[in-house]
Amino acid sequence: MTEAAQATGAVALADRHHLDAIPLSSPAANRGLLEVFRRRYVLRLLVKREVQGRYEGSFLGFLWSYINPLSQFFIYWFFMGQLLSRGRFENYPVHMFAGLIIVHFFTETFGAGTRSLVGNKGLIAKMSVPREMFPVATMLVSLWHVAPQILILVGVCLLEGWRPDVVGMLAMVAAILIAMILGTGLALLFSTANVFFRDFGSFVSIMNNYIRFGVPMLYPFSTIANGLPQWAVHLYLCNPVSIAVILFQRAFWLGTTKDPVKQAAATLPDHLAMWTIIGIAISAVVLLIAQRVFLKYENKVPERL
Amino acid sequence: MGTSIKVDHATKVFTKRYHKTFKQMTVAKMRKQKISDTFNAVDDVTFEIQQGESVGLMGLNGSGKSTLLKLINGTMRPDEGSVLTRGRIAGLIATGAGFHPQLTGRENVYLNAAILGMNEKETARKFDEIVDFADIGDFLDTPVGNYSSGMYSRLGFAVAVHVDSDIFLADEVLAVGDKPFKRKCMEKMEEVKASGVTLVYVSHAAASVARMCERVIVLEKGKLGFDGAALDGIRYVKYDDELPVDGKTDESALANDDAMLGADI
Repeated sequence: MTEAAQATGAVALADRHHLDAIPLSSPAANRGLLEVFRRRYVLRLLVKREVQGRYEGSFLGFLWSYINPLSQFFIYWFFMGQLLSRGRFENYPVHMFAGLIIVHFFTETFGAGTRSLVGNKGLIAKMSVPREMFPVATMLVSLWHVAPQILILVGVCLLEGWRPDVVGMLAMVAAILIAMILGTGLALLFSTANVFFRDFGSFVSIMNNYIRFGVPMLYPFSTIANGLPQWAVHLYLCNPVSIAVILFQRAFWLGTTKDPVKQAAATLPDHLAMWTIIGIAISAVVLLIAQRVFLKYENKVPERL
Repeated sequence: MGTSIKVDHATKVFTKRYHKTFKQMTVAKMRKQKISDTFNAVDDVTFEIQQGESVGLMGLNGSGKSTLLKLINGTMRPDEGSVLTRGRIAGLIATGAGFHPQLTGRENVYLNAAILGMNEKETARKFDEIVDFADIGDFLDTPVGNYSSGMYSRLGFAVAVHVDSDIFLADEVLAVGDKPFKRKCMEKMEEVKASGVTLVYVSHAAASVARMCERVIVLEKGKLGFDGAALDGIRYVKYDDELPVDGKTDESALANDDAMLGADI
């Protein structure tokens, strides 16, 4: 190989790839979450892999994404609905299942997202891929599993004489949006923390247990509104997951009750639209903070995995 | 010809952790021992590589070669200084590709290629070529976690080398493959090199470095120890006893030489 021949090789390559037009740039350039959506193809492959891989090696496969929430539903329905508050609350199972879907989506995103960086260390340690990709992918996988649950819920609602309305559908979209934004934010934050101390993975499991009781899923919001002082109720509503749960109940459960207007006044919080905006805003702030923290620490991630 | 890789006073700090649990850390604190310590895996390294150049990266184990490659391929960012590159980067770091153990070979090829910047069409077009090159038979549809280390690196190399890249990083590629595959890899890398791709080649096999590269960079405990002509660099790391007497002139003799295909590591 002579020098001249090599030079032509490099010149040919530079011409073919238009290297003159490409500036020297940092190979690790990180534009955060934007980069994730710029590389949608990689994201799609990761999501596909997770969807296939989540129940890999199991005989029932995808059915588990129905069995898990349904089994939770029956436990809660039996103990909370039948034994404890028998018949005192209108359409309790629908009220609870609507909440359960959002809670399940959120806790799955939070839990699996927190483990996502550690779980993909083979890739992260050796390849240049925006690391935000992994928490975002787990969120999308959880979202994918929400669809069949909503189908079941719609079926049950229709049996109960559900009348869908436009505001309700907007509420559903807002609820999912809140769970997506907040779930991604917390997953980003805790996935990084989990790389440094695996304790955070266990901590998130405990948090997820508390969330199930800290939102109006097993009990109606009115229990909180009537039983706690005003400031505590406001604090309760500052939890975006609570808002998302209430919005989902507004979307599905309310339309199955005999007198939605009266039931809304009795059970749902006042100024729900305002609380929705506050919920979205809080989730967005959490996501922004999480992104900043992530950018600060992600450079240490490959060496700590 | 433009600059392909520009490393400017790059430093990468690693943290050594002595104690991991709360209990250990408390005990260490009480005994006034250090809880952690840092060291520079890459220490104030500066060099520039032109497009189409082939550079051998040499140094003892732990001298920072793989870390430097990770800075170049963007897996890590330098804590101080800067690393800039031009164009698409492909390659292998620390003998293997970034594969996902639960995915099959086929799925990993697509994922790996996507991360390296190839789209679905491009991967589909090159898929057969990649599989032919890797030559791993029906294992293609088995999770790579079950692969032997040889098969693992064959598939990794096959994907990396078929990416239409501008910079190719090859870290110990020849360490685990069998002899026929090593030969195939060398031929392929010569092809890549001839096509004008910038090649950064990490190897302990002096003869193969002498054959592939005109220039050698030597790292010593993270610092740049030597940067210059290949044969001088090999002499610098005292690997020149592996070289045939007349250097790299007699290529036909070298082709079958064990030394060229890499010492057993």
